[in-house]
Amino acid sequence: MKRIIYEEIEGKSRAFIKLAAALLGLIVIALSAAYYMEHNGHIVTGMNNQIVWGIPHVFAIFLIVAASGALNVASISSVFGKTAYKPLAPLSGLVAIALLMGGLSILVLDLGRPDRLIVAMTHYNFSSIFAWNMIFYNGFIAIVIVYLWMLMEGRFNKYSRQVGIAAFIWRLMLTTATGSIFGFLVAREAYDAAIMAPMFIVLSFSIGLAIFLLVLYAAYQWTERPIGMATIKRLKNLLGVFVAAVMFLVAIFHLTNLYAAEHESVEHFMLSGSGYAFIFWVFQIGLGSILPLIYFYHPNFKDDVRFMLRGAGLVLLGGFSQVYVIVIGGQAYPLELFPGYEVTSSFYDGEIASYIPSFPEILLGIGGIAIAGFIVLFAVKLLKFLPTSLADEDVDPHYRHKN
Amino acid sequence: MTQVKDLTDPSRRKFVGASVGVTGAMLIGPGIFLHQVAQAKPDAEAVTDKVRWGMLVDTNKCATGCDDCVNACAKENGWANEKGPDEVKVQWMRKVDLKEKSTGREASLPVMCQHCEKPPCVDVCPTGASFKREDGIVLVDKHICIGCRYCMMACPYKARSFVHSPVENHDDYMPRGMGVVESCTFCVHLVDKDKSPACVTSCKEKALLFGDLNNKNSEIAIRVAKENSRQIRQDLKTNPGVRYQGI
Repeated sequence: MKRIIYEEIEGKSRAFIKLAAALLGLIVIALSAAYYMEHNGHIVTGMNNQIVWGIPHVFAIFLIVAASGALNVASISSVFGKTAYKPLAPLSGLVAIALLMGGLSILVLDLGRPDRLIVAMTHYNFSSIFAWNMIFYNGFIAIVIVYLWMLMEGRFNKYSRQVGIAAFIWRLMLTTATGSIFGFLVAREAYDAAIMAPMFIVLSFSIGLAIFLLVLYAAYQWTERPIGMATIKRLKNLLGVFVAAVMFLVAIFHLTNLYAAEHESVEHFMLSGSGYAFIFWVFQIGLGSILPLIYFYHPNFKDDVRFMLRGAGLVLLGGFSQVYVIVIGGQAYPLELFPGYEVTSSFYDGEIASYIPSFPEILLGIGGIAIAGFIVLFAVKLLKFLPTSLADEDVDPHYRHKN
Repeated sequence: MTQVKDLTDPSRRKFVGASVGVTGAMLIGPGIFLHQVAQAKPDAEAVTDKVRWGMLVDTNKCATGCDDCVNACAKENGWANEKGPDEVKVQWMRKVDLKEKSTGREASLPVMCQHCEKPPCVDVCPTGASFKREDGIVLVDKHICIGCRYCMMACPYKARSFVHSPVENHDDYMPRGMGVVESCTFCVHLVDKDKSPACVTSCKEKALLFGDLNNKNSEIAIRVAKENSRQIRQDLKTNPGVRYQGI
């Protein structure tokens, strides 16, 4: 194994400028959409007084959960001492910060009063999971920046393990708190489950790693730097384990609910009686979990990099669908105020709520992804995040020359 | 309303006057100041927890199809004039019609903020904009609500609404604005002047009774002590201040 040399990317090619311009364009469009929503009110969105959190929240939660998961590669290197992951650690931290910033931007721009962000920063109600999250999110960015500094500044390398452990613990708390946004909602039948927190943690492992794998591969392909199959395969195999773990927790969540008569109705809604059931079975489970596992482990596909990348993309589709089903589906199912009664009212009591995302909301969500992409793109141009080579002989401690 | 009058602690007024004076100095919307209210009589003292305001709804008297209480609430507090489709419209109060699945028995009742003793909306609010007064009234401080809607996710009674479009012509005593969350205030501006909420006075059937649950001599306390009544989602143990009879 050689000494790893990190270098900025050149960032002068036509493709780089095109990508930067495209991301910037998406960000400008998203900001315009947010201004349009802020100016006219949420009446221009698909959200209403029944579905109060819409597609922006799906994007935001997806990105925030993915952010903590993207840090895992660095944690495996610093906390668990796996040298094969060490060259990837700086990029892992960078992607984590970028995803979190993208997600938070969406969340803030979707507020009814985004102009009151300063209020949110100066008034804390410590019994609110949201208030805790604001501390976790900001703290995460701060800790990961320090962690990157320790990793990238030779003199401080010796501290990277300690800071890495702190970042790892912090990220676990962050995702626990994000899952608990829903886990603590006793009012709604689709939520109110302690398993939400570990489910979000494992979901973060899978979607964070899938994003990392795709970003890593794209960065090396586009800069024409060498990247070895051992690195990609190692990440792919780990991703498969995470995908299976998410499926396990999802199965336990639903089986537990199905066992209780009180949850029969909501389970029927989520698993068979609605469009959300379709999204669940087809996108979350079929395309987003089972198909990637086939791609990752079936002998016909498991060594083909194209299927590894497709698999990672499908994991993202599955994760996004999962967050959509939880956030939107969970709200669409009516609150049960009067068990044993049929109810009707002018406020849609007892009715399945409908929600169709509007264009501005979707554009705002895509803008969050663009913000994350833009941060990564410019950071790798400005600072030494990427090793010049990830070829197997350079980074793989188990590499043996094949004669 | 005699029990309300007798029990009103004049000390509350000073607190309300002072707090309105402070908030009145703040800008609540473009060009809108609460100057008029800020000069309200400063003769009250702080709200205390000796009082627990509550409401008893007798569904045996509440008529299906009648929504006088809802209309009175809308008129008093200036909502129901928002633009847009019904799904986005604000509803501080609504009539819910019930039909028991096993027996077919029907009932009708108003649902509004239940003014819980342990309100989930207050727990989850990140800025503390959702708060509970000492006398049990749950309110939204519209100056620090950031419009995140987490309280709406948490409320088990679907009692809160988000204002989706610009608001015009609101009253000084009930400032409203786009992008924040609202709900029934128990007509706090009236209660603080020893009056009953608008829904209570509007009900011809006398199905709604308002008063202090902590005062054993008040009509509401006497009735809930003697007659059967229940709270919505009693299982959640939020201990709402609104109780229902006949369901």
